[in-house]
Amino acid sequence: MAESKRIFTFLLRFIAFCTTLSAAIIMASSREKTTVLALSVEAKYSDTPAFKYFVIVNAIVSIYGFLILFLPSKSQLWRLVVALDAVFTMLLTSSISAALAIAYVGKEGNPNAGWLPICDQVRKYCNQVKGALIVGFISVILYILLFLYSVHKALNPLLLEKS
Amino acid sequence: MALQSGEKLAMLVGNIWSKPRSRYWTLVGLRLLAFLATAAATLVMALNKQTKTFVVATIGTTPLKLTLTAKFHHTPAFVFFVIANGLVSIHNLVMIMVDLLGSKFDYKGFRFPMVAILDMLNVALVSGGANAAVFMAELGKNGNSHARWDKICDKFGAYCDRGGGALIASFLALAFMLLISFISILKLVNSSSHCSVSHNNN
Repeated sequence: MAESKRIFTFLLRFIAFCTTLSAAIIMASSREKTTVLALSVEAKYSDTPAFKYFVIVNAIVSIYGFLILFLPSKSQLWRLVVALDAVFTMLLTSSISAALAIAYVGKEGNPNAGWLPICDQVRKYCNQVKGALIVGFISVILYILLFLYSVHKALNPLLLEKS
Repeated sequence: MALQSGEKLAMLVGNIWSKPRSRYWTLVGLRLLAFLATAAATLVMALNKQTKTFVVATIGTTPLKLTLTAKFHHTPAFVFFVIANGLVSIHNLVMIMVDLLGSKFDYKGFRFPMVAILDMLNVALVSGGANAAVFMAELGKNGNSHARWDKICDKFGAYCDRGGGALIASFLALAFMLLISFISILKLVNSSSHCSVSHNNN
């Protein structure tokens, strides 16, 4: 029972590492160059600070996830993992909320501020950003589950285990 | 004999340190500050409105005027900011009351885990709201030349200033809530270790 729990957690951490890595890579490789009304328009992820923040945070969290995979399961460092998991989960939630806010403006525009949506002109860029945000959202959910599980293992807050 | 007095001294220090009045009042004071900061952020952003009249053209001698209003609910990120800060201020108010009156109501020691978990959830909520709003505010202040979005802060200066004030209050509240969450987790760990110690003694 404990063995299967360990394998399950390891698998979950591996999948979370893969999702954060792919979110960072998909967002960083999104680029499109089109011509609109005889003007050459290039859309990159680095035009928007929110997307840059998203890429940086996902890169940091994927490095952390990669290092955590090699932690032996009997070590005392799992208590530190609780605090680190909390910090990185919060970073991930803040980055996804910022990127979603800016992506919404890019897709729907903001007529009150005179900002037109740009998704019609750079459709491939928009779809790639949308894919990166979906993968990022999945990674947020996975990290929240991992954080709750590490809190449960280290602190036993809901008193579900006997000792 | 020396060992017994050493043990008694350790137990005395442990008893004094386990229930310090100063730590209790620190927690309630921090919660009060966080409540005031989130309530201020909510109110300032929710009442943020500016109307300005622009002259767009001149026909002969009469100028054509256009009235534009900047309100917080034009931007979904600010709506989320207001809702998140409102929820967190309600949470802080409830937690202040639980801290002041809570020692009487306790069900099998569930109070400490629930307070710690709720504090962590609300830290995540306020951080998400503040972060989305701050990136939208940066977009409004600097614009984005690649997407041809003009900045609006030079026209609606008062709206931008008030929004910036609400964001600063929200980030202060985030810092306070991180401290509060840390102290709640410390209380949880202390209470669980005391419970296990008493069980071992029995």
